Amino acid sequence: MPLWLELTLRIAAVVGAFLTLPLIVGQTEHKVMAHMQGRLGPMYAGGFHGWAQLIADGLKFVQKEDITPRAADRPVFRLAPVVALLPYLLVLLVIPLGPGDLVAQPLDIGLFFVLAVVGVGVVAVLMSAWASANKYSLLGGLRAAAQLLGYELPLVLSAASVAMAAGTLSLSGIVEAWQPWWLLWQAPAMAVFFVAGLAEIRRPPFDMPVADSELVFGYMTEYTGLRFAFFLLAEYVGIVVIAALTTVLFLGGWQGPFGDAHLGWLWTLLKVFAVAFVVIWLRVSYPRLREDQLQRLCWLVLVPVSLGQLVLTAAVRVAL
Amino acid sequence: MSEGGHGQGLVKGLAVTLKTMVRPAQTQQYPDVAPELPPRSRGVIALLEENCTVCMLCARECPDWCIYIDSHKEEVVVPGAARPRQRNVLDRFDIDFSLCMYCGICVEVCPFDALYWSPEFEYSEYDIRDLLHDKQHLGQWMATVPPPPAHDPHGEASKEETTAARRAAAPGAARGAPAGPAVRRERPARPAPEPGGAEA
Repeated sequence: MPLWLELTLRIAAVVGAFLTLPLIVGQTEHKVMAHMQGRLGPMYAGGFHGWAQLIADGLKFVQKEDITPRAADRPVFRLAPVVALLPYLLVLLVIPLGPGDLVAQPLDIGLFFVLAVVGVGVVAVLMSAWASANKYSLLGGLRAAAQLLGYELPLVLSAASVAMAAGTLSLSGIVEAWQPWWLLWQAPAMAVFFVAGLAEIRRPPFDMPVADSELVFGYMTEYTGLRFAFFLLAEYVGIVVIAALTTVLFLGGWQGPFGDAHLGWLWTLLKVFAVAFVVIWLRVSYPRLREDQLQRLCWLVLVPVSLGQLVLTAAVRVAL
Repeated sequence: MSEGGHGQGLVKGLAVTLKTMVRPAQTQQYPDVAPELPPRSRGVIALLEENCTVCMLCARECPDWCIYIDSHKEEVVVPGAARPRQRNVLDRFDIDFSLCMYCGICVEVCPFDALYWSPEFEYSEYDIRDLLHDKQHLGQWMATVPPPPAHDPHGEASKEETTAARRAAAPGAARGAPAGPAVRRERPARPAPEPGGAEA
């Protein structure tokens, strides 16, 4: 296969995953949330149990007027949704779906790249918040900045623990080194990574920056139409990315009960959707954390636990 | 650890949502599936015109004054009678359902059973003035009035039944013939301390 064809295929596959997986997660959220609240959720769009609801929503967003507030910083305001969305697309490039070649761009420093790129999200939030010329947007943006900077630390520390355990920064390498007993060994790191990841994508119960009951819609207040849809899409791609990273780092990625070589992609996807289900489940079950509770959880629980996990990982590595 | 108390609550919250998810949803698919209404549902008021004597009780008792009645008197010549009889003829009987608050007092007070509750509720209109149902329209609802539901087997017996039973059990019931006004006949049934005290 010529290089250009392979490259095109890989990028097309990643873009395809980028466009379909969030929709599947979004539709699952519609349905799971509805049933957890004793409702049915969308039932009409598309005929069968409202399967086309998100497509209809997308069409609606496209038709809406794209408004930029007069006092807004136009170029920054218009660029922010793209900056919010793009990092997640880049992250999807390096996440291995299966063993061997089933990764769009194998990187030896995959984990480092992923953590660095996910950190760009805070820039998008600050851009949209400051450029909106709206006090609610600014409040939301500053809350988000405080939250994202705070939770970046436990996220990186817990990821470092698993990298230390595997002895590599390559995501494929981590999956290859993974063994089932790591589930126990790395359990605190997994919990910390998952919770910090939830906070990184500002999902409830960590949606203080959006907090629609007090801040209108936080940093997304002034956005309409397609740009608003981009922010929403970024949230759902964020779920996919956090679920995929949790899967790859802590749940053994493509390692399944049988047929890893051929069915690896299936195990990865199943685990990703299982973790995404938990993300939705937590959203339905828990109320939003107050700003001080949010910071308290980060600095007094997650950071010490991840530091303790680092010590434990190092001790076990040295002992083995 | 002090987190134990919180942890229990967190797990409980997850359990509640998961349990609700696997249970069937409460949603009623209304326009697609007709709702199952309880008996005696108050949807719309139906008029049985033949029973109406234009006594105006319903219009007077209506808290919203949403019943409009017009009538005139007609002379009916009865052969063999000394003079013609007079009879009320209903010209107009309108209920304004934009005012009606569905209290049902008109149905309750009607002494001749001319008004009934019907469970039909799908009569919304684009123009509020169309909610004024005239007597033809009110008469059409009669077809939708359900038969009265059977008595609750565990409920207390109706007043008519208890009164009849009491009369049958009374000592004077054996005579059968109407000896006097109904009030007198009922007296012996009461636990009167002195029979002589009943003299009037």
